[in-house]
Formats: sequence, C-alpha cells, structure tokens
Amino acid sequence: MKERLIRLTVNGRTHEATVEARKTLADFLREDLGLTGTHLGCEHGVCGACTIIVDGAAVRSCLLFAAQMHGHEILTVESLADGDRLNPLQEAFWEHHGLQCGFCTPGFLMTLTCFLRENPHPTEAEVRVAIAGNLCRCTGYKNIVTAACAAARKIAAAPTT
Amino acid sequence: MRGRPEDRGGADHMTIPSIGRAMPRTEDPPLLMGRGKYAADVRLPGLLQAAVLRSPHAHARLGAIRAKAALALAGVHAVITGDDLAGIGRIPTRLGHRIGHPECLQFPLTRDRVRYVGEPVAVVIAESRYLAEDALELIDVDYAPLPTVADARRALEPGAPVLHEVLAGNVVDRLETHRGDAARAMASATHRVRESFAIQRHTGVPMETRGLTASYDLGTRVLSLFGVAKVPHFNRRVLADLISHPEHLIQFVELEVGGGFGVRGEFYPEDLIVPWAAMRLGRPVQWIEDRHEHLMATNHSRQQHHDVEIGFDAEGAIVALVDRFLVDLGAYVRTHGVVVPELTSALMPGPYRIPNYSSVADCVLTNKTPTGTYRGPGRYECTFVRERLLDVAAARLGFDRLELRRRNFITPAEMPYEIGGASLAQKNVLDCGDYRSALDQALELAGYEQALAEQAQARGQGRYIGIGVGCVLEKAGLGPWEYARVEVDATGHVVVYSGVAAVGQGIATTLAQVCADQLGVAPETITVVHGDSRRVPFGVGGFASRGGAVALPAALEAAKAVRAKILRVAASLLEAHEDDLVIEDRGVHVRGVTDTRVTFRDLARAAVPGPPGMEPGLVAAHFFEAPKMTYPYGTHVAVVDVDVETGEVALLKYAIAYDVGKAINPLIVDGQLVGALAQGIGGALLEELVYDDQGQLLTTTFMDYLLPTSMEMPAETVVRILEETPTPLNPLGVKGVGEGGSSGCGGAIANAVADALAPLGVSITALPLSPDRLLALIQAAAPR
Amino acid sequence: MKPPRFDYLAPASLDEALAALAEHGDAAKVLAGGQSLVPLLNFRLVRPAYLVDLNDIPGLAYIRQENGHVAIGALTRQRALETSALIRERVPLLADAMPQIGHAQIRNRGTIGGSLAHADPAAELPAVVAALDGELVVRNASGGRVLRPDEFFVAYLTTALDPTELLVEVRLPLVPPRTGTAFLEVSRRHGDFALVGVAASVTLDDAGVCTRCAIALIGVGPAPVVARAAAQRLVGSKPTMEVLQDVGQLAAADLSPDGDLHASSQYRRHVAGVLTRRALARALERIR
Repeated sequence: MKERLIRLTVNGRTHEATVEARKTLADFLREDLGLTGTHLGCEHGVCGACTIIVDGAAVRSCLLFAAQMHGHEILTVESLADGDRLNPLQEAFWEHHGLQCGFCTPGFLMTLTCFLRENPHPTEAEVRVAIAGNLCRCTGYKNIVTAACAAARKIAAAPTT
Repeated sequence: MRGRPEDRGGADHMTIPSIGRAMPRTEDPPLLMGRGKYAADVRLPGLLQAAVLRSPHAHARLGAIRAKAALALAGVHAVITGDDLAGIGRIPTRLGHRIGHPECLQFPLTRDRVRYVGEPVAVVIAESRYLAEDALELIDVDYAPLPTVADARRALEPGAPVLHEVLAGNVVDRLETHRGDAARAMASATHRVRESFAIQRHTGVPMETRGLTASYDLGTRVLSLFGVAKVPHFNRRVLADLISHPEHLIQFVELEVGGGFGVRGEFYPEDLIVPWAAMRLGRPVQWIEDRHEHLMATNHSRQQHHDVEIGFDAEGAIVALVDRFLVDLGAYVRTHGVVVPELTSALMPGPYRIPNYSSVADCVLTNKTPTGTYRGPGRYECTFVRERLLDVAAARLGFDRLELRRRNFITPAEMPYEIGGASLAQKNVLDCGDYRSALDQALELAGYEQALAEQAQARGQGRYIGIGVGCVLEKAGLGPWEYARVEVDATGHVVVYSGVAAVGQGIATTLAQVCADQLGVAPETITVVHGDSRRVPFGVGGFASRGGAVALPAALEAAKAVRAKILRVAASLLEAHEDDLVIEDRGVHVRGVTDTRVTFRDLARAAVPGPPGMEPGLVAAHFFEAPKMTYPYGTHVAVVDVDVETGEVALLKYAIAYDVGKAINPLIVDGQLVGALAQGIGGALLEELVYDDQGQLLTTTFMDYLLPTSMEMPAETVVRILEETPTPLNPLGVKGVGEGGSSGCGGAIANAVADALAPLGVSITALPLSPDRLLALIQAAAPR
Repeated sequence: MKPPRFDYLAPASLDEALAALAEHGDAAKVLAGGQSLVPLLNFRLVRPAYLVDLNDIPGLAYIRQENGHVAIGALTRQRALETSALIRERVPLLADAMPQIGHAQIRNRGTIGGSLAHADPAAELPAVVAALDGELVVRNASGGRVLRPDEFFVAYLTTALDPTELLVEVRLPLVPPRTGTAFLEVSRRHGDFALVGVAASVTLDDAGVCTRCAIALIGVGPAPVVARAAAQRLVGSKPTMEVLQDVGQLAAADLSPDGDLHASSQYRRHVAGVLTRRALARALERIR
C-alpha cells in the first residue's frame, strides 16, 4: 500500500488518519497532529532530539513510519505537563538550568521519563549512561544529570495516592 | 508548583537584588513543555517547502541545468537557478576590514562554476519536503570537473589549481601584526624554541539546523521573515540591498533558536533565495536544512597551521614571539571576511607580556565549504598553539611550566595594557585582569598537588596520568552599540525591548534581572522582547559574547531613565518631592504614607501626555555605546588518563576558573562555561570535518562527525566563576562569558596528554587527539 | 532527508511475509527494528519498491531454553535480551555485549535478527554469534535451512540470505560450567560502532587448564573474524600473562583490516591483539 489508514493513541487521545507510507512518525506528529514539541536534529537516529515513547519504550521517532503505528500508544513531550503545571522532571530541569536553547530538551525529557520509571533510584553514573543517546550542544550535560537525579529524589519522596 | 514564571515570584524577589541572583530562567517553561516555536515549527496557509540541489563536485564548471522532469512532477512549483537570480550581487562581508577582492565573495546561486561540495546549484519549491527531494533527483546538471585543491598548504604551491582567477594564487589576504622588533629580539634571545602546530577543521554544529520561512504580502508589499537569528537587523539590510526592496517593507521575527555558536545567523545563500522565491511565487516558502546538508553548507571553522617560535631570556622572560600561519578559509570569503585570522593574531600573545611580536597570516582559499566564526574564533586556535608552545618550551629548557607562565603574566598594575595591533576595528587593549589569581585558583580547584601525587603513583603501576594547563585570554563585548527600550505599559507591566538576539543563552532572563531592581519588580514579571523588527527598530545582535557587556547596560540605562520618569510623574500626581517617594510593588507612594499609593498602571496612563517638559509615556530608549571590547580570562586545568595501548584518553577531572567581571546570573554563567567545555572537548578529541584530496567531504553524518555525549564529559568538572576584576567599560562590570569555556580546552587537554606521555617522548602538536593518531605517535616514539 | 516512495506491506503472519518476499525478491527490503534500515532510507541510499514490515507478526519474538541451547526469535528486541535473566545466566557473553550496542532507544526497537541480517562488520551481535558458534535458522516460502556463522556472515553488509529468505531464529549454546566470558570494544564514543571489538569465552578444568576457548573479532574485516589459531593456543595451557600475550599476538597476526577515517589498518590490528588479551583476562576473572 502506498498509504495506510491508521488509528493510534497520542497523549491519551485517539487519532485516525490516512498517511503516506513513507511519512515518518516524527513528521506525522509534527505536521499532521501539530505536536511540534518533538524536534528533528539529524533524521538518522543519532541525536535523540526526536525521542518519544511508544508503548512505554523510548524510541527515535525519525526512524519509525507513521504507517507502523496503527494500534499503538504514543506519548510526546506535550503529555508531561498538566496544563501549565510542570511535572517534577520538568521542574527539576528548570531549577537546575538543565536547558539552554531547549531544542534537544523534549528528547531528554522523554528518555528520562522512561528511564526513571524503570530505575527510580539511579546513581549519577547510571543517569549519564541513560542519556548517552541524546546529544546536547549547549549545556555540557552536567546540569541535565543533576536535574535527573533531583527529579528522581523528588518523585521518590512524593506521597503516592 | 505552577509553571508560569509570574507565579513563582514569592516574597523573595523584593529583598534579594536581581542582579547576581542565580535564578531559574524565565525562558524555560514553554521550552520544557514543547511549546517553543523554532524555525521548522512555523505553519502558514499555503506554505511551500524548498530543497537545495548541491554540487557533488568540489570544483567544476557549471553547464546546463535541465529541470523539465522535475517541474513535471506533481506538487512541484518551481526550480530556481543562478540565471533566475542574474543581477543579484554577492553576499557582502559583515565584520572586519573590506577585503581586497570582492570577486571571492559568494553569489547566492552560482551561474558558471562550483567551488565546493555542497555549493547550492538550484532550488526546488514544492508542496512538501518529500516531494521537493523527489524533484531534486530529477534535475540533470552538466558539470565539467576541474582540478581541485583541498589542502591549504598545497593551495600555496605554484601550479596549484586556482579558485578565483582574480587572485594570483589562492591567498585572498595576508595579515601582518608587528610590535617591537621581533626578528632582532629573537636573534639575540638566550633561548629559542620552535614548533609547528595544526588545528583541524571543525565547527559549531548546533542541534537545530538552519531554517527560514518567508512570506510576501502582494497587497502591502511587506516581506516577512520568520526564524532569523544572530544579526537580524544587519541581515535585513543586506537582503534589502540585494533584492532592491525597501528596508521598511521587510519585517522579521526571530522565534526560538536552537543554538548559534557563531555559525547560525550569518547571511547565507539560502537567506536570499527563500525570500526571493516567496516574492516570486506569491506563496510563503519554508526551507529547513537537514543535517546532511548542514555539515557541508553551514560555515566550517578552525582549520589553521602555525609555525611559531618563542624566545626567552636566561630567566625565562619572553622576549619575542614570531608566528607564521595559514588559515584555510574554504572556497569563498563569507561574511566574516578575514576576522578569524585577525583575532588569532590579536589574541596569540594571550595574558603574557610579549615585548616583541610578529604575526603573519595567510588567508587561503581551498575547494571546501567556506568558513566563519565559531565560538571563541581565533582563540581556540591560538590558545592551543601558545599554551602548547609554553609547555614544549618549559620541557625543552628545563623551566617549570607554571613558573614560566607566572613570570610572564601581565600584572594588574600594568592595566590597561596595549598588546599591539588591532582587531575588529579597535586597538587590542586589555581592560583589566589578574591572570595569576585565575591560574592559582584553577590549580586549587583541580587538586593539582594531589593530581601530581596520583600521577607519580600511576607511573609506578604502568598507567599514564597527565595534568595540563591552558591559560585563556578572551575578547568579548563587541559593540559598536546596542539598543534597548524599556516601558511600563498601560496595564502596569514592564517590558524590555532589546536589539540583542537570543541563541539559547538566557539573555531574556538577564535583561529582566538588570531592569528589575531599577523598577522594583520581580524579574519574572518583566516581558522581554527581542528579534521582532516591528517592535525593536534597531539592533546589532547576539554574538561575540556581547549580550552581557553591551545589551545589558543598554537595558540598564533605559530602565534608569524610566525609573526617573516614574518618579517625575508620581511626584506630579502626588504633589510630593521625588526624594520622598518609594517605588514598591508596581506602585509609588510617599515614604511612610502608604495610602498615597499610585500604581504603575495609573502612572503609565498619566504619563501620556504627562507633565510638561517630559517626553510622553513611561518609556525610554538607550543606545549603549561600546567602542572598546572587554577581555575576560581564566585558566583551564585538565587531568587525563591515557591508555597507551589503545590511544584512548579519559578525562578524569577538569577545572575552570574564569573571571567574568560580574555575573548577573551565576547559573547562566556556569552553564555557559560547562556548555562551552563540551564543545572544547569535542574539538580536542572527537570532532573533525574530513576531506579527501578530491575535496569530497567524508564526514557528512553524525556517525562520522562526532559530537561529545554525556559519557565523553570529564568524570568530574569543577567551575569557579571569578568576579575579581569587573570591567570599567560598562556600569555593570560585566565582561561576557560565552566563549571562555571552550577556548582553553585544546591547550589544556593537549598539554595534559603530552604530560601523561612525557616518559615516552611523544610530541603532541596537532588536534584532534584521536585514538588512532595518538597510538601512531606512541608507536613512532617507541624505542626500536 | 526524507525517504523515497515505497509500497508498504504489513504481513500478519510469517507465511504471508515469506510469500511477499518470494514475489518481490530484491525489490523488497525487510523492516524489523529499522535502526539500520531507516537511516539508509532517509539518506536515500536504498530505494526498495516494497517495504515488508515484520513487526505485526506474532510468534517471532521469544527467548527460551530448549535442547541444550537458548533459542531466540529473530524479532526479539535487543532490550529484551538485555534484561533477560535467562540470557544473563545461560549466555553471559551475549549479556555482556548488550549494553554496548548503541543506546537504550536503539535497543528498544532494534532486533537481534535485524542486526545479524544487516551484518555490519563493526556490530556486536555477529561477533557473539560467531564466537559461540551459534546456529542461524533461516526460512523461505518453501522451506528452511540452518546456517553456521561462517556460512551466514559473508562480507561487508552481506549475509548468505537471499532476498526471499528471512532469519527467524538464533540458537546459542548454553554456557558450560567453569566458563568466563567477556565482550570488550574500543569505540570513539560510548555506544558507537566498535573500532575494534572482541568476544571471548574461556573454559577451565579443575586444574586451571583451559579446555575450551573462543575468540571472535569485529572491526577487523568485512565479517566477524573467528580467531581459531589464537584460541587454540590457549587450549591445553594454563592462562598465564605470557600465554595471553601470545594469544593476543596470534589473533592480530593474521588480520589485514581495512582502515577508514576513524581508525587505520595498523590501529585495528594492534588494538585487536590488545583487546584479545584483555578480554581473555576479564573472562578468566569471571570464572566461578
């Protein structure tokens, strides 16, 4: 098929669309759904700026086709905040100056969202490894690691409902 | 906790001054939520996408371009070639003296010849980028390849292929700087040390590629540009001249910018082609560079070869420095002209007293991507050369490398100090600095004594640890001026308009901080506007670490003027004396009589037309003039572990002590230093734009051009911000910080590796220190 | 960098996929994890008329112990291998290699079958399979065959698979008792393809004498290189430093690697010897 009718869930909402087979998931999210928070930095799977969460796993959206996502669940950076209210990870980035130009930031946030879910009490060394697949040209990574560790502590300390 | 900055205010802001406060940035919440709009996020009705056909040859005559098949593809609207742009001139330089040969400047689209792989040859405009790329493949171009020259040294040889016939060879300019009589002083020096050094081609590579959207309104004739950066006012003028369109009918909006580092925001061919296409087609046109293009189309930088000699007296005082070097400019002269070599020469002496100095720079053209400035331009290069040379000299002559530096530092008592020569149209005069203090503190931060002990112990175990020092003298705060306008609007909100450009550095936050104290408001409540030509009529831009030293003082002065007006209007309304008034909580009251309060809202309305003799409105503009640049400085110390069997270098610890004069926001200053450090590490160990001898760029993806990840950063990084010598050149004392974190890396890391390998007699004179190169050096030095 | 047009097929079963490949042959490319293929599509370096997406096919992703080996379905995500207790216990060499493959986001999609079928000479999984002398189970529309690593890995980005065939399963032997394994590589950055990599496995008897040894190298030839002579040098000996030096030198001696812009031929050969020695030393430390 040159096109596929797909039905998928993005940030909790169901969408139906007909997509050209070759349209990447990144472009579908950005152009068809207007979710421009996911950024394209390289389009060959190295920089991680396009990282999103598919069925609970952090993946590079530039290396997926929208056509593949029929029946799947996607989360993008736009799912993290509650209205205007930043979540603990986002807040930690803010407090610890974990971003400068902000272009790579959505990718880091999605990578760390997955990572902290699987590893709620990471060491600094583990965080460094976890973010090794995301490139940042502005911060030098130090504050991102600090923010991630601070977020982990904050999330762990939060009362569970 | 809420996400809007104004909700975070709290009571603190009123008691803690904003200047100097390590406050989280006001820019962040929208960026964290993915709401920031970057160049590729612009959506306009009827938007078309552009794709550029780029030369696959490094040097060739351009013949016919057959686009019929491309135009026949459904969804393709146009194919633009050089012939369509006939009559449009070359892209002019922006900085530095006028170069002698304007024929070496680049046309937006060449008509007869291509001179580097990646040079634009044609542009497709189509309904989508996917379709535009399909169409590119259908364009058929006749190329007649010419001999290429991809090495600057070869380009100087007689008989080498010539890129621009107007030049006798490939040297577009030769720059000379002389102070004293270097030849004579060198000849009579007690000690002389010579060495040759090479820095590789590498560049800024921001995470966002370039991009631009242009939209032309056929009715109003307004051409709108979205996604400009760095020097938008200047570029608007260049565009206006090139397309002969009135400047007042060109508007621009900056949007969010995904990093600049010097390479984004200069006027490139696409910056002409995209607006031209929008005007011709009557449809908005967007061009978003992809990464593959970026690596061959956006300015390269840094590639230099130096042959340098230093002379000392018997006690190790420097008597002379002579440097002859080549800069590989690529195929055309771009907007920076020969500024990079100029800065290299200017800052080569660094923080040291060098009574006799001679520098001769050949600016050479080759069949490679043209070049421009990249963070710390000229300084990354000269700091590597100079600091490495000092260590080489110390080792060869038996001096202690630290004492050699201390002996030769210019002292605070000698400031202001004329280095000699000029750069960026001003004499090189150091404003102030205590270089010794920065060195000593960096050594302390690095745990120098302990590192020495560890090194000794490691040698006993067959491990090779090294410690290297790089003393940096930077140059910042380029003028000539910056514009700011501060106003209190009719709803009582404070707005700052600045002609600076944002590249992700947090300038909006610091602008707010600087104005906040003057007006007694929380910085989080101040709106900062920049990069919008309709609201900011004048501006120079964001580069050369000038935000802190030039844009902030402009805002400060404007804020002071608005404060004066607030008091004047309030005095008039309250029938009180200005000295008896207090500004607090967005209002003014008579001291001790709080029920006399008038709000900013009331005052703003009362200010139009306001009391007689006052310009109406709670608004004031200021042009801060900065005829002289500041000279921030510091020292980098690197501790490394070299695996001599594999050539791998591990960064154990990295310390930077850097004097910025005054830190308006220490979080931001620290972020700049660590961020620049990552780029400096990339330059020392990983990044290289590699060409083969046919001028083919081999590093066209992120698999081959290697940016540092979190894992390549030092195991431990320590930064100390110094504020020991505030500059007298602006009321804030700010020098600027953007470039200091990278400039020292080449020198410090190379010195550390050389120190580690000293027992093996390995000579380190070139970057990058890749495992392959290092292992080859180690094996070459091994006894047979 | 947008991909060229292609026809997309999402077969619901293995048979359907094999039928599509039988029909389209080399006009089709198989999409598994996509971490190697999609970049090639985005660069327009490959232009298949058909893309056959295997991801909807059930029953191709599994990790199970059976008949003295661990059987791994080709579509098993690398992340699943990384977190599998069975792999860690029964095929420790594979567990050792997993974290060195790219980054987590790549391993979340990348599959073992895809990596093996792509056959990058600097990829880690081919070295592991070669070192362990695993079996590669291949199917096409009319049947199947089982290949050994030296039959499967032919050359640079080339396997013995013909365009109508799919790799469906990899079988790796259970680690024998008294065996240590290690996977070491040198790369420019963490997660990059190896400049040189070594997969090593050593088995000792109760007297501390080596009874089995396997060494496979990547980054030193168009396909993984199994260093049989070098491994044999260790068998029957006690693994002293001198012997390990010898083994390293033997492993390097026969190599004539191609150089590229990241590492020269001499570099690869020299480091192959160094890493062989170090990998064996590390493997020995792990023998319980």
